[in-house]
Amino acid sequence: MFTAVFNSFESGMIYAIMALGVYLTFRILDFPDLTVEGSFVTGASVAAIMIVNGYSPIIATLAALGAGFLAGILTGLLHTKGKVNPLLSGILVMIALYSINLRIMGTSNIPLLSQKTLLTNIQDAWAKTGIDDVLNGLLTAIGLGDSLPKTWSILLMMLVITVLIQVGMSVFLKTEIGLAIRATGDNEAMVKSFSAHTGNMKVLGLAISNALVAFSGALIAQYNGFSDIGMGIGMIVIGLASVIIGEAIFGAKTIVRATLAVIGGSLIYHFVVTLALRVDFLQTGDVKLITALIVIGALLLPLITEGRKVKARKKKRLMELQFDHKSLEEGK
Amino acid sequence: MLHLNGIYKVFNEGTPDEKLALQNLQLQLKKGEFVTVIGSNGAGKSTLMNMVSGKILPDAGEVLIDGQKVSGVEEHQRAKLIGRVFQDPMAGTAPHMTIEENMAIAYGRTNRRGLRFGVTNKRKAFFKESLETLHLGLENRMTAKVGLLSGGERQALSLLMATFTNPKILLLDEHTAALDPSRAELVTQLTKEIVEQSKLTTLMVTHNMQQAIDLGDSLIMMDKGQIIFEARGEEKRALTVEKLLNEFQRIKGEKMNNDRAVLA
Repeated sequence: MFTAVFNSFESGMIYAIMALGVYLTFRILDFPDLTVEGSFVTGASVAAIMIVNGYSPIIATLAALGAGFLAGILTGLLHTKGKVNPLLSGILVMIALYSINLRIMGTSNIPLLSQKTLLTNIQDAWAKTGIDDVLNGLLTAIGLGDSLPKTWSILLMMLVITVLIQVGMSVFLKTEIGLAIRATGDNEAMVKSFSAHTGNMKVLGLAISNALVAFSGALIAQYNGFSDIGMGIGMIVIGLASVIIGEAIFGAKTIVRATLAVIGGSLIYHFVVTLALRVDFLQTGDVKLITALIVIGALLLPLITEGRKVKARKKKRLMELQFDHKSLEEGK
Repeated sequence: MLHLNGIYKVFNEGTPDEKLALQNLQLQLKKGEFVTVIGSNGAGKSTLMNMVSGKILPDAGEVLIDGQKVSGVEEHQRAKLIGRVFQDPMAGTAPHMTIEENMAIAYGRTNRRGLRFGVTNKRKAFFKESLETLHLGLENRMTAKVGLLSGGERQALSLLMATFTNPKILLLDEHTAALDPSRAELVTQLTKEIVEQSKLTTLMVTHNMQQAIDLGDSLIMMDKGQIIFEARGEEKRALTVEKLLNEFQRIKGEKMNNDRAVLA
């Protein structure tokens, strides 16, 4: 049980990077970008084929990031220069990437289990430090000693990487270019009248978003030990689920809070799915149904809580007003 | 400062919906001149504004700003020279961003955007100082989302954002039409102050004849894509709504007589 939950946090951390990419297009640019389903696999494919061919895992992962960036540019140009509808641009690039990904890999599945990957490298380096023993000792002390995690390195490393990306993104969105990107999603005519090239802003936003998605895909391939042509299916919904759950639970008042919420949302999503799959009645194939239910729940939750909050606020204020009125009358 | 020479613009040419939006339009604004534009719906006022801003390009003729030919320059490029306030109070600001972030975007109009922070302490002080001139208390709400402001406040903010970087040309597109009378009065007053203080070359479209008479140095009346009446200087100052209406009737009447003569 503990191991399963621990693993869900590891993968939740890695998928959070993908979710941050989805947040950038879906929320900031207001652009429902389906390229994600393809670019996620592109990242995995590029990293896998390069690692198998003996490139350093770091270079392979960075190359994956670059490939995602290009995929985003493609969707962006199709929409801004070709005036193709946003949804359709994404779908077209997604479908094109399916064939391209097959070409990149040369086959529909590349196993990485026997390869040195970024994650195995981190594990090896980490094992020498002996921090695992200390942390596992702590776990044993609080009575969770029967199923200890193999390594803490992946969770901690991914935490560092994801938070670094989150910080970088928050800072970027406060720069002049970042503000222009945000305004492009908020009021395009306005930012155009202040001499920003909204087309370029969209292309840049899509490129960054898909770079993050592909980066996440490359890490997932190394984490799971394989790259597969079908691993991107449903990715956009998982990304959206993370964004929406995060917003519902943690709020999205400022950029910093919203991006942190996306990470939290991703962790919670993977946690809930892991828990759900441990119920005997449910099977692995039910994941998509569970996902849909979680997202619906996260969409309805704010409606209910917000309604209650407003009601309570109104009631309180009304009582204050009536009280003021009464004391005024008595004062006469 | 602003020259429009022989501008033609036709929409849907060659179809039954063909519309001759601008016909051989000539217009010149001197530096610091404030011109109000009136005319009925479909007279070509909006086309004229979009022609200056670059949202639409002329079929023939040229637009010059400060001696520089801009007819072929794209809208976002041209926006470096032009400040614009739209009729819709929601159009000029980004609702999900804060007041200071909106101002930072407006501040970036004249220079190339980079990876510097949009809102710095130095800029914040400048934004605050500018907001104080509106006397709306917005300087104390700089981190509030603009979507929370009222229509009048948003329009005043739009006006400030369009002007505080001293554009070469200011375009006001019926910018008080969607406000209630007292808010409209406030924004009109602010417009007057800002334009006078910064000596901005301004082109303002309005449906309100009184406003067109009260504001500005010159007035032009448009009909069917042409300027049919122009009043500058002393003539403009002596105008009243009644005179203007009479003038409109006279010109329309003359035209109709001409048409009759042709048809007969």
